[in-house]
Amino acid sequence: MSFLDRSHTIAEPGFSRWLVPPAALCIHLCIGQAYAFSVFNLPMTKLIGITASAPNDWKLTDLGWIFSIAIVVLGLSAAFLGRWVEEGGPRRAMFTAACCFGGGFLVSAAGVYAHNLWIVYLGYGLLGGIGLGLGYISPVSTLIKWFPDRPGMATGMAIMGFGGAAFIASPLSVWLMAKFSTPTHVGVAETFIVLGCVYFVFMMVGAAIVRVPAPGWKPEGYTAPVVAQRLITKNDVFVYDAIKTPQFWLIWWVLCLNVTAGIGVLGQASAMSQEMFPGHVTAIAAAGFVGLLSLFNMIGRFFWASTSDIIGRKSTYFCFFAIGTVLYCLVPWTGSIGSVALFVLCFVVIMSMYGGGFATVPAYLKDMFGTRYVGAIHGWLITAWSAAGIFGPVLVNYIRQYQIDHGVPKAQAYNTTMYIMAGLLVVGFICNFMIKAVSERYHMKANDARAAATA
Amino acid sequence: MANQTQDSSMKLKLILAWGFVGIPLAWGVVQTIENAMKLFQ
Repeated sequence: MSFLDRSHTIAEPGFSRWLVPPAALCIHLCIGQAYAFSVFNLPMTKLIGITASAPNDWKLTDLGWIFSIAIVVLGLSAAFLGRWVEEGGPRRAMFTAACCFGGGFLVSAAGVYAHNLWIVYLGYGLLGGIGLGLGYISPVSTLIKWFPDRPGMATGMAIMGFGGAAFIASPLSVWLMAKFSTPTHVGVAETFIVLGCVYFVFMMVGAAIVRVPAPGWKPEGYTAPVVAQRLITKNDVFVYDAIKTPQFWLIWWVLCLNVTAGIGVLGQASAMSQEMFPGHVTAIAAAGFVGLLSLFNMIGRFFWASTSDIIGRKSTYFCFFAIGTVLYCLVPWTGSIGSVALFVLCFVVIMSMYGGGFATVPAYLKDMFGTRYVGAIHGWLITAWSAAGIFGPVLVNYIRQYQIDHGVPKAQAYNTTMYIMAGLLVVGFICNFMIKAVSERYHMKANDARAAATA
Repeated sequence: MANQTQDSSMKLKLILAWGFVGIPLAWGVVQTIENAMKLFQ
């Protein structure tokens, strides 16, 4: 298996760095399928009853745990395996991610076939979750090393793939289930097998294409800035030292608060649009609204990450928090004047900044902690996403329910939530404001033994 | 001559790699836009 080693992935002369973003996209376009996993939930509640749920069929609440386990394992594996990814190189990580993610589908297919939910938890939740975590961080530092002149744009392209993957996975899964279903059988197991094989092959193409730059390589005509920039370090910080710095935890909160504000809305977008504009937004139109939000989530990943190369990471997050606060405060007003167009406009911009927050953060980490362990540090930061995945939906759901229980009409039940989200963004703004350059005592020294592995 | 062959081979690889990821993504985006248009009908 030596072809997986970092030493076997060093680019030969004449290699174009523009081959690396499609390699990263091969991974992210597959693992981003997680966003579309809910398309299987309803069919999996009818595996025995076929047309309607039978008493022995799985419950929707039990099925919800599959996605939750996968997201928690994503965060944990990205955190704990980040150093291994960084030291073993991108091809080994991508190969392992392909085996875990594709294998997770195959194990889940066995679970569906045997009608044993624990096997599905083990398959998609645990194994698939490890594939998600490894796959998410595997191309990050490689892209940053290939694009020192535009690190935001490079990682933005890959992470855009994660946001766009659901566009492919959702219709593909529905189409496959329709192909495999019969009057006596729901085609979930077969769909899992096909998806597992397709995703494995697709991810392996990425693993085959990916290369790391030769030591000392620089883009043609590129010279690193001579004048030191206050928030862009030329030094590296070891992963376990980075997580001891206040800067890491401030960025952790910056990401967590930005994601919390967006994720809660994304999960409730369909219901919110229908309840805020009763009679104007139908269920079909609401589904279109959700699609539009996903589209801007994807576009924002590329747009904002690329913009951050020009205006700087800190300024980019200032934009997210300042514009986001104003837009969240405007949402109740759009409801009160009955303007669906302004409501949609507010949320597509908010969603673009939600995606932008994910895509800009690897370059922010690179600026603060250097390139050597940026993938591993990013892995630890992903735990902020896992935390936001719990905070966001809980905040939106519980505040809405509290409002309705206290007699607030459904059309206005989201107003308080919007103001709380705006408040969270103000806290995020303060955290971002407090970020300063990392103290020199955390910088790795030239003779640091820990540096040898990835030098 | 060898350089030219290497250049055209790299161009072909770039087209294939970007097509491999770009075509499915474009297909998914078109599907999504078609659904999103229902919001404005």
